[in-house]
Amino acid sequence: MKEAHAIAGVAGNNWRADFPALDQLVHGQPLVYLDTAASAQQPSSVIDTVAKYQREDHANVHRGVHTLSHRATDAYEGARDRICKFINAPSRREIVLTSGTTESINLVAQSYCRPRLGPGDKILITHLEHHANIVPWQLVCEQTGAALVVAPINDRGEIELEHLYDLMDDDVCLMAIGHVSNALGTINPVRDIIERARQYDITVLVDGAQGVPHMPVDVQDIDCDFYAFSGHKMFGPTGTGVLFGKEDLLEAMPPYQGGGDMILEVSFEKTIYNELPYKFEAGTPNISGVIGLGAAIDYLQRIGMQAIAAYEAELYGYLVESLRQVDGIRLIGEGAERASVQSFLLDDIHAHDLGTILDHQGVAIRTGHHCAMPVMQRFGIAGTARASISLYNNREDVDRLVAALAKAKEIFA
Amino acid sequence: MSAGLQAMYKELILDHASNPRHFGALESATHTADAINPLCGDKLRLYLEISADNQIANSSFEGSGCAISMASASLLTDTVTGLPVAMAEACFESVTARLIHGESATDPGVSLARLEALDGVRKFPARVKCATLAWHALHAALGNEPTPATTE
Repeated sequence: MKEAHAIAGVAGNNWRADFPALDQLVHGQPLVYLDTAASAQQPSSVIDTVAKYQREDHANVHRGVHTLSHRATDAYEGARDRICKFINAPSRREIVLTSGTTESINLVAQSYCRPRLGPGDKILITHLEHHANIVPWQLVCEQTGAALVVAPINDRGEIELEHLYDLMDDDVCLMAIGHVSNALGTINPVRDIIERARQYDITVLVDGAQGVPHMPVDVQDIDCDFYAFSGHKMFGPTGTGVLFGKEDLLEAMPPYQGGGDMILEVSFEKTIYNELPYKFEAGTPNISGVIGLGAAIDYLQRIGMQAIAAYEAELYGYLVESLRQVDGIRLIGEGAERASVQSFLLDDIHAHDLGTILDHQGVAIRTGHHCAMPVMQRFGIAGTARASISLYNNREDVDRLVAALAKAKEIFA
Repeated sequence: MSAGLQAMYKELILDHASNPRHFGALESATHTADAINPLCGDKLRLYLEISADNQIANSSFEGSGCAISMASASLLTDTVTGLPVAMAEACFESVTARLIHGESATDPGVSLARLEALDGVRKFPARVKCATLAWHALHAALGNEPTPATTE
């Protein structure tokens, strides 16, 4: 059944109709949404699930003995179970719910790294990272006197692996690496990199914000220690995120924030912390958001991540080829393995101007530095225009983008 | 092209953007300030040469940005060069108020007619900051806000 759906999907799917926000005119033209890498639209099933929860089931979780609190708790914890299966984590105790990738990474920086770091220690990242996978490490390095070491990338936007391996040594406490670059689309060979890191006992965090929505992710297969991602980039609500962490590591870490829910017993002399994963979930969580994220995962699994990846790979190829045909285009990011996003510049038109002109033709793209200023610095540019595709885009969207670029050339001719 | 786009990307704007006046560092500068638009990462540096009698004897800018921010900076240097400092500061008040609110209570005492070319951005709220960026650099260079100035 799943297989049949997948084949039909590639041939001519109707996934787009599941996303009501796409059915509108912008500046009088049908919307072409090519900004999923910034935030994905939500399918009706997510919107309806959240609305139903708000209308019928809302109460605080893990607290009440009354019926609504039970329903809310069941739905919230049910979402955790789905997340656990979705990334093939060994145990639901390893699924910490956060407000997003950013909080997940900060949690590891402060709870895992901070107690372990001192002068002489290192955190290893790459030049490809976005700010959420740079700044939390800078902060913890400032706090502890550790050094932040950055592996370079080549002109195609790929990590220079030999250089990265040379930077690995016994002083590296943790390496943080993106699964897929949000600015350039590069898919990093995280499995190989982690295998290498094991030789030095380096703990590895993978920033999966752009990975999870586009490809099957199996944290056991990757063998990362931590995997961080956001709900809103995978068709769920904003303000939701996940930190997968190996149980023994999470167990040994002190809490990140203090408050309700993360405790078993509190007195002014001593507080006993709750068990995993609740030790890291202080205060009332984003209940409706997490329930919506559970619905988003149901949606993705109904289609199948393999089918999504196959469809997107084909469409991505069409996007890249179509952009290449545009006179005056310069593609930024030409790594051999890429997914879902393509950055580019057109003539000497500033990305911001491009964004405005495209918007006026109903085409939504991201322009600027994509919260990855060091990547832009690497290419000597202030920013790029970035088109990012998802399962709800099609070839017509790409054609509309190309036509809109022609219009921009006219204006700036 | 839609009327709104046409109003923003006027010929005068595109001309100043592609051939910015007073572009480059100014060796005789007595005052400089940077301005950053954190939204897009655009930044520019404004140079002012202020004479002993408080006149802006010369000005220039350098940096990179969109057509609107470059044109606005170019128009700024055209406008304030030769003005007394107090009038230049009044221009900042007047131009930013006009771009943000559509009108200004400040009369700078100098014709800002050519800056009306920037009025088209008012229909594009996301782009107003591009137009005000250089003016914040002016405000900062005159000592009235910290550098780097921002549009926030």
